[in-house]
Amino acid sequence: MKIIVCAKQVPDTNEVKIDPVKGTLIREGVPSILNPDDANALEAALTIKDSNPGSTVSVISMGPAQAMYMLRECLAMGADDAYLLSSRAFGGADTCATSTTLAAGVRKLGKFDLIIGGRQAIDGDTAQVGPQLAQRLGIPVVTYVQKIREIKDGTVVVERQLEDGFEVIEVKMPCMLTAVKELNTPRYMTIGRIEDAFKKTITVWNEDDVGLKPESCGLKASPTQVMRSFTPPPKGKGEMLTGTIPEMATALVKKLTEKHVL
Amino acid sequence: MIFSEKHQLIRKLVRDFAEKEFTQELLDELEETGEFNWEIHRKMAAAGFMGTKIPREYGGQGSDYLSYAIMIEELARISPVLSIYANTSNSLGGGPLLFAGTEEQLKKYLIPAATGEKILVFALTEPGAGSDAGGVTTTAIPDGDYFVLNGRKTFISGAPMADYCIIFARTDLTQKGSRGISAFIVDMKLPGVSLGKDEDKMGIRGYPTCDVILEDVRVHKSDLLGELNRGFQNAMKTLDGGRLGVAAQSCGIGQACLDEAVKYAKERKQFGRRIADFQGISFMIADMAAELAAAKELTYNAAVLKDMNSKDAPVACSIAKYYASEMCNRLAYKAVQIHGGYGYIKDYRVERLYRDARIMTIYEGTSQVQQMVISASLLK
Repeated sequence: MKIIVCAKQVPDTNEVKIDPVKGTLIREGVPSILNPDDANALEAALTIKDSNPGSTVSVISMGPAQAMYMLRECLAMGADDAYLLSSRAFGGADTCATSTTLAAGVRKLGKFDLIIGGRQAIDGDTAQVGPQLAQRLGIPVVTYVQKIREIKDGTVVVERQLEDGFEVIEVKMPCMLTAVKELNTPRYMTIGRIEDAFKKTITVWNEDDVGLKPESCGLKASPTQVMRSFTPPPKGKGEMLTGTIPEMATALVKKLTEKHVL
Repeated sequence: MIFSEKHQLIRKLVRDFAEKEFTQELLDELEETGEFNWEIHRKMAAAGFMGTKIPREYGGQGSDYLSYAIMIEELARISPVLSIYANTSNSLGGGPLLFAGTEEQLKKYLIPAATGEKILVFALTEPGAGSDAGGVTTTAIPDGDYFVLNGRKTFISGAPMADYCIIFARTDLTQKGSRGISAFIVDMKLPGVSLGKDEDKMGIRGYPTCDVILEDVRVHKSDLLGELNRGFQNAMKTLDGGRLGVAAQSCGIGQACLDEAVKYAKERKQFGRRIADFQGISFMIADMAAELAAAKELTYNAAVLKDMNSKDAPVACSIAKYYASEMCNRLAYKAVQIHGGYGYIKDYRVERLYRDARIMTIYEGTSQVQQMVISASLLK
């Protein structure tokens, strides 16, 4: 099987602080990491490869040159090769332009059986790129995949996570899946694979390489404009009710009535 | 030192691994039982930690000394004892084989050690031969195709679970000191090999240490490692790499001490403010940070010299080991001091670090032996 994994380098949001005056993210000194859901996507691809000898796993990303480091990490986890879509023209892309660029990159990679991406990136949290990419490539997509049950006869059977359960979906390949963290635990790199990762060449493509015009990618092709980003004000402290259940119920009804909820 | 992306990624791997896999539960179990934990050993082996700088053809990962030093440091930052798990095969166990092993010996013994399937340990020290390593009295007398070994090795780390042990024994009884000593690879299952009781150690608990007793052990001549009567030189070369490992462990312990001290100094309040706001505490922390930074640079520098196969590497390893091991004891002292009474209680991490740090200035050549090595290189 030929599997493509979409990955993104993101700031580690656990480390990000908010400027209390400007209300913007302080990105300086924040380490960049492989987006966590994408690590799950890669792990899923590597697991499939492990049980289907002869399969290949290619990782593709769009980003600045520093994203090579994240792609090396993917190689050190076990991916076979990596591709970076990188150009000034790609800068400032929203999800719409990102999926256009990724789709062009995937087309250039040629025939494939499966594309797996993370559900969403922790910096944007949109969860739009996966489905958009599938749309552009004209293939089916299943989002929120929490388990891959089986792969046979050109189909994949997966569990799609819902808020209160899951649905079982059989989908024909080639198709796209987006992974949630419950899907698996990403494997560690190994020392030896890190050594190998730095001996491999990461292919870098710009808009010409993937046959895109500068005006159809990046900021120019992005209908979404961010007007302002801000931190919502902190919520007030909650109040714990005490007493017997009837007392608490009475107190609750009283409070809700006071607040005109009831 | 400015690290390459490769070495940054090695650090990331080991840090992620140690922070996730070295759970408090595991660390407490090692401390309480003192026993070897096979499960974590296997996990570490799967990530390639047992053979970091051993070549690919001998089952290793084909990386370098700098990667090894970074790995040991990051493992020791979370658990000094678990850093030893990854140290033995890379250093004292695998070292003598890499220096002197025949192709056959490397295939038979180094490959399983590098992959973590077998445990290979190093036995030089004897009750009467510590810093005076040339005082070895264990003997190996030729008898046909065999050597017959008799003697007692002491403080042999990893001996209780070892499959093979590299034993240094006197093969030329007419020679004294470092001459006339040879190295043998001894299968621990051979008749006549027995073990002393596990030592009840102050620190680094969870990697058992005991005596190895040899009574008429017949070792085939194919298991003679390196040239006859030239084993001591081999042992010294190995210790050189081992010293780098201890320097890296010391840096990891030092980092842990600094991290704990900073955290506590910011949390603890006395006289109505954080103790970090008192100069007596903040200057201690500044000194800790400066000494730690210096020790790390010495260690990385020694590793790079090893990678370059520089003639200055042995002394650089001694300097790094000497300075870093003393540094981590000073830092452990200060970290406990900053914690006050709580630092003396086992519930706090610094109590264990303080005990773990203590061996660093002792094993693989005491600070005084390092001083001898360093001064001898200048005064010869």
